[in-house]
Amino acid sequence: MAKLKTDPRIADPDGLYEAIIEAHRDLGEAEGQKLDAKLILLLANHIGDAEVVREALAIARDTTEAGPETA
Amino acid sequence: MPKTYSNPVFPYRRSPDQDGGGAHHPVVIVGAGLVGLAAAVDLAQRGVATVVLDDDETVSFGSRAICFSKRTLEICDRLGVGRPMLDKGITWNVGRVFFGERQVYDFDLLPERGHQFPAFVNLQQYYAEEWLVRRAEETGLVDLRWKNRVTAVEAHDEGVTLQVETPDGPYPLACDWLLAADGAKSFVRTALGLDFKGQIFQDRFLIADVVMKADFPTERWFWFDPPFHKGQSALLHKQPDDVWRIDLQLGWDADPNEEKKPEKVIPRLKAMLGEEAEFDLEWISVYTFQCRRLDRFRHGRVLFVGDAAHQVSPFGARGGNGGLQDTDNLCWKLAYVLQGAAPESLLDSYDAERVPATDENILNSTRSTDFITPKNAASRAFRDAVLELSESQAFARSWVNSGRLSKPAVLSGSALNSTAGAGAALPDAPLLKAGEAAWLLPQLGEGFTLMIYGGEGLDTIALSDDRVPIRTLRITSAQEPTIGDALVDADGLVAERLDLAPGQWLLVRPDQHIAARGDSVDLERVRAARDRALGKTTEAPQTARLAG
Ligand SMILES: Cc1cc2nc3c(=O)[nH]c(=O)nc-3n(C[C@H](O)[C@H](O)[C@H](O)COP(=O)(O)OP(=O)(O)OC[C@H]3O[C@@H](n4cnc5c(N)ncnc54)[C@H](O)[C@@H]3O)c2cc1C
Repeated sequence: MAKLKTDPRIADPDGLYEAIIEAHRDLGEAEGQKLDAKLILLLANHIGDAEVVREALAIARDTTEAGPETA
Repeated sequence: MPKTYSNPVFPYRRSPDQDGGGAHHPVVIVGAGLVGLAAAVDLAQRGVATVVLDDDETVSFGSRAICFSKRTLEICDRLGVGRPMLDKGITWNVGRVFFGERQVYDFDLLPERGHQFPAFVNLQQYYAEEWLVRRAEETGLVDLRWKNRVTAVEAHDEGVTLQVETPDGPYPLACDWLLAADGAKSFVRTALGLDFKGQIFQDRFLIADVVMKADFPTERWFWFDPPFHKGQSALLHKQPDDVWRIDLQLGWDADPNEEKKPEKVIPRLKAMLGEEAEFDLEWISVYTFQCRRLDRFRHGRVLFVGDAAHQVSPFGARGGNGGLQDTDNLCWKLAYVLQGAAPESLLDSYDAERVPATDENILNSTRSTDFITPKNAASRAFRDAVLELSESQAFARSWVNSGRLSKPAVLSGSALNSTAGAGAALPDAPLLKAGEAAWLLPQLGEGFTLMIYGGEGLDTIALSDDRVPIRTLRITSAQEPTIGDALVDADGLVAERLDLAPGQWLLVRPDQHIAARGDSVDLERVRAARDRALGKTTEAPQTARLAG
């Protein structure tokens, strides 16, 4: 049973997208990855329902193909 | 090197079994380590005599296990050594977590009111073993044979034959049941050609015990990526006798023999404790940790317990604590089988209950290891994200994993359970016994117990005359009038922790796990639940195993 809301819900997607990209400016790859990790942890905790987060994780993983560098 | 403890030497004694004649014993235990000794005492308390063979002549050399959990203390209390462990052990409450240069947070595990034992104590393993040896001797039923090394094992359908090497030469020994408690490198396991599968962590840890001359707080300090030990982790933990346990992660490329040298160790410790810190090295060792187990813990007449059955990394202190739950689970079953009061197949439930519990321990210690040693850039990013957030965000602290302390296994999927809500170890609670403060668990004794909440009700005396007797324990709430020497739940904590309302009952197994619960006592239902817990029910088990 899908709990994750996947209909468009953000009023100003461009603005939020820009803010996320902007937050990564001046950050190297490792720091950028850490920033994303913090964002995920904060949001996961806010959502508070591991089922929802797992559903999001599944979609993210399913839509990401393993690259050539993956063993 | 140890200065605060000198290992007792238990003399080798020649046994009449060495004079020929094909000695045969019902139960032989290989290994007088923490777990083998606990098994010997447990069986002795159930009237079962054992022969215990150990290739050494003393207890654990160097400390090894230091963290003993509440459940372990409860089990050890039943075995007669819980009190000294609590009295000698260090109870700590404050922990600090450091990341890089900074302390990111601290915590205080304020002890909850109304527990006989704290969540854990720190105590050197050799003390627990020494007291178990003494206790084993006291029972008069344990034939402890030091300097007896098992050198050959043959398992048959009806028993096991052994070859034992001693200072006086070898002798043969036969038994009906063999408990293999011979540790992580188990000879018995190898001799039977059994696989020990799992994961070796590509990492090395320096474990040092030092005696600190100055005062140092009784706290647990854990560092991720400390300035004095870049890129690795470190742990500082207090033990009795002013001994401090220090774990330093070294990485896979470290040379264990080099790292053990005092000229290498001392500068590392000074960097950690401060240049001015004065300390003596007590014991140093380098470990590679692994998580692995046997597929099955019962192999016919051979029963594997403790590290011989499973090995976990020490994060979360699950090795010794898990091993003691093995013997707790096994010994009463074996005793009933030996008495002919339960079918041999009851011993399969040892396997069915302890394998999932072991998987839970392995899962937990693997997760801790993965947090402490991130395997790739992404896992490092998340690990560091958690640690950095934890400084200002309380929620993130629950994600910090420097070892999750051992909790007792809940045998919720066991075929021995008769009802929902069974499987957990009975939580302890304070009560009044004939007006005096007492604890619930010590009231249980060694057999099955029917616990009834509320003083009145059916006469259950007939149950105590059964072949496998069931003792009744009535606990009255503070509101009821007290009858005779009844146990009174003065603080209401028995009702609360055991989730019991007046009239309700619990059937408790000899290992203090709950076998069944019910609303109003019905002798036949209680008996049926006991018989099910004895493996006598012929119905197919509901769910033999919990999913890992
Ligand atoms: C650094 C470190 C820290 C740890 N910290 C903790 C902790 O904090 N908490 C915790 O619960 N656990 C901890 N552990 C794990 C714990 O020490 C073990 O799980 C525990 O010792 C297992 O007990 P055992 O009796 O199964 O095996 P052992 O203690 O290894 O005993 C096996 C015995 O068998 C004997 N033996 C072996 N072969 C033969 C033979 N062929 N014939 C006769 N005798 C034989 C040996 O001499 C030994 O006495 C730690 C381990 C390490 C290494």
